[in-house]
Amino acid sequence: MFEIFGIPSTALFGQLVLGLVNGSFYALLGLGLAVIFGMLNIINFAHGAQYMMGAFAAVLLLDKLGIGYWPALVLVPVIIGAFGIVIERLLLQWLYKLDHLYGLLLTFGLALVIEGVFRRYYGPSGIRYGVPDLLQGEQNLGFMSLPDYPAWVIAVSVVVCFGTWFAIARTRLGSYLRAATENPTLVRAFGIDVPRMIMLTYGFGVALAALAGVLAAPIYNVSAQMGSDLIIVVFAVVVIGGMGSIMGAIVAGFGLGIVEGLTEAFFPEASSTVIFAVMVIVLLIRPTGLFVRGT
Amino acid sequence: MGSRFLAVEGLQAWYGESHVLRGVTFEVLRGEVVSLLGRNGAGKSTTLKAIMGMVAKRTGSVKLAGRELSRLTSNEIARAGIAICPEQRGIFASLSVEENLELPPEVGPGGLSRARIFELFPNLGERLASRGTKLSGGEQQILAIARILRTGARMLLLDEPTEGLAPVIVQQIGRTIRMLKEHGFTILMVEQNFRFAATVADQYYVMEHGRVVEGFAQAEFDANRDKLQQYLGV
Amino acid sequence: MAAIDAAAIPQSEIPASMKIAFAVMVATLVAAPLPPFQVDPVFLMKALCFALFACAFNLLIGYGGLLSFGHAMFFGWASYVAAHLAKVGAISMPYWSDGWHWLVIPLPPQSPELAILGGTLVAGVLGGIVGALAIRRQGVYFAMITLALAQMMYLFALQMKFTGGEDGIQGVPRGRLFGIIDLSGSVAMYAFVMLIFLAAFLLIYRIVYSPFGEVLKAIRENEPRAISLGYKTERYKLVAFILSATLAGLAGATKALAFQFASLTDLHWTMSGEVVLMALVGGFGTIFGPVVGAVAIVALQTHFASFGEWVPVIEGAIFIACVLVLRRGVVGELAARLHIRL
Repeated sequence: MFEIFGIPSTALFGQLVLGLVNGSFYALLGLGLAVIFGMLNIINFAHGAQYMMGAFAAVLLLDKLGIGYWPALVLVPVIIGAFGIVIERLLLQWLYKLDHLYGLLLTFGLALVIEGVFRRYYGPSGIRYGVPDLLQGEQNLGFMSLPDYPAWVIAVSVVVCFGTWFAIARTRLGSYLRAATENPTLVRAFGIDVPRMIMLTYGFGVALAALAGVLAAPIYNVSAQMGSDLIIVVFAVVVIGGMGSIMGAIVAGFGLGIVEGLTEAFFPEASSTVIFAVMVIVLLIRPTGLFVRGT
Repeated sequence: MGSRFLAVEGLQAWYGESHVLRGVTFEVLRGEVVSLLGRNGAGKSTTLKAIMGMVAKRTGSVKLAGRELSRLTSNEIARAGIAICPEQRGIFASLSVEENLELPPEVGPGGLSRARIFELFPNLGERLASRGTKLSGGEQQILAIARILRTGARMLLLDEPTEGLAPVIVQQIGRTIRMLKEHGFTILMVEQNFRFAATVADQYYVMEHGRVVEGFAQAEFDANRDKLQQYLGV
Repeated sequence: MAAIDAAAIPQSEIPASMKIAFAVMVATLVAAPLPPFQVDPVFLMKALCFALFACAFNLLIGYGGLLSFGHAMFFGWASYVAAHLAKVGAISMPYWSDGWHWLVIPLPPQSPELAILGGTLVAGVLGGIVGALAIRRQGVYFAMITLALAQMMYLFALQMKFTGGEDGIQGVPRGRLFGIIDLSGSVAMYAFVMLIFLAAFLLIYRIVYSPFGEVLKAIRENEPRAISLGYKTERYKLVAFILSATLAGLAGATKALAFQFASLTDLHWTMSGEVVLMALVGGFGTIFGPVVGAVAIVALQTHFASFGEWVPVIEGAIFIACVLVLRRGVVGELAARLHIRL
């Protein structure tokens, strides 16, 4: 053990890991928001509520059907993603021709409804969801002891984030998505069913949020409001990274998680506001966000 | 020249409150090159877009080889075998040249192969990895035409294919269109530059205020030159 | 664009529909607490404070085209400052002179007008700072930035000592207006709140139908055109933002004195969402819409107070319904159908 700027190294590395875990959630949720915004031009305010639904779905699958963590990792995103598709067909598709602000207002209302219903039936306090047996240990890395579950969360997030980025940036399907983001009318006129693509994209974004929810269930308090305070921080992350930028959301998410973790180690009073402070600075020097060129 | 391929009857279209097409009627025979002429704002581009279903509100009849297209969505219309090369090219900035080329899916047999495309347009083959919009205007126009040739669509809609291009490129495009005609493609073209149109077109329709007001064949072009200049305000 | 020829519009021509609506509104406010209606003055004061808040918010979205999702920060911070000034009666400011010192300015104790003024001013200054940052972006970005900055203000309040954290500031004295009029009774306080509301309402009307207001509306319709005509649109938007923030602050400060406490709820993002809902329900871009919307939402909250957990669900459902089928809001829809201005 040694000291860095007066903080013992084990504490510092511990904070870094925590920061990376938080950053994993910022990146996953920011990625979902960026993908949805890119295709639908809608800020999905309900993203936090959908994340919360993912966590609750994991809890309910275990309680009611005895279905554990590992199957939940696959089942929950599919179920909540399907719910997202229903939302897109019922509510969102009417908004595409309108000013972008109406999408924000509608999804805000949706978030209130979802969160309100869950709070009504489950109350404000948290529900416990245990860490799966396989991931309850720790690894001794010499300079610190790394608990398995946080390492797992970070690993899954990195893989999912970069996998999504790769699919969008480097595959044929991704090229359809990118083109439809730029000029949906023309892409449709080439024979591609753009409305269906939009529907599936929203479903995918929601599934990402739900996946984050399952990952969060064992370590964060599963409660009706777990998504709402988190989503505002994720908004700041996405503003910093640049709204349309997939890579920007991912890098900003992990990066700001680290910044938050370090701030917690050195200036704990500032840790809850540091991300917003970074947003202010970025707005002053590069209003479009760190990863986006132009207006 | 063959039978009636594209038949447009009483086509009307609105942009919001604005009544842009007020009953457009004309036809394109199989294997023909037809040019729509007219002043800015006459509704030429809108006609192409309305045929493709790219306009929010439209009524009237559009038939391709006897099949009614006006109630279909634009992706269904494309799948019926029409492809559009839009105004200002429509090259996607976030896609590479290769991705732009490969984007439109196959809608029928008989599309040109990649090898054939690079044979016809060697420049494209050299710039595959570049961002689509890094190409010059002329190269983008070639790309915009090339990508719809891959799809197998036999009816091509070209919107201002020579706009803003250097004479050398304009000639290349003229050659390309003549080659496509030889291969049996049917082309409906919007072209401001009627001198260029005269080098490729078989038939002309003049539009004014959202309607077709005149129609004449290539053979009658000189006889109609004065009338044409009046319509175009040249 | 006719809107830009602002000087040509005679400002004395108030549409008949608005005059009638205003008369109806004043009559309702005066008569409501009296028999036979005997509406609870506490409810009326709450409705008026939120009506003012919603009108201030609407200035920005309805006429400036800017959706702020963080307006609670102005409402809440003004409420805290006003509560503090009324209760403690002193301002302390840090200054540097051979080390940090505190400069304490004692104010006349229990002075409601100074408390409200102080709260309103702080909101205005905060509006200037936040506005300068947020105006840099448009549309949804603007909304998200205001939301994030408001959350930052909420977190500051949570951590600062003078706000009392989770408890807030309680027991705020209403004091004596100008040292003479005792505001502790409901009647006097209601009259005071009503007068503040009506004065601010008229001020908002004057702003909207002034040359400044016409330019603002032109910017909302077509900003590139306004820029090409030589208007410094950033400045107009910033001024509109500051005006909106200041008036929201006035609402918050008044509320602190009327209800005699300030709490974190006033700063939470749900409060920002509620004022958006009030303006949406009433009608963005109408003068009377936010008033109607605020009364409706406050009535809803009061009526469903015993089923408190369902209120956010109902509010969310109303949001969704309004966006889908009643985009112009109740007053906006009415005005459009009857071809009048409200």
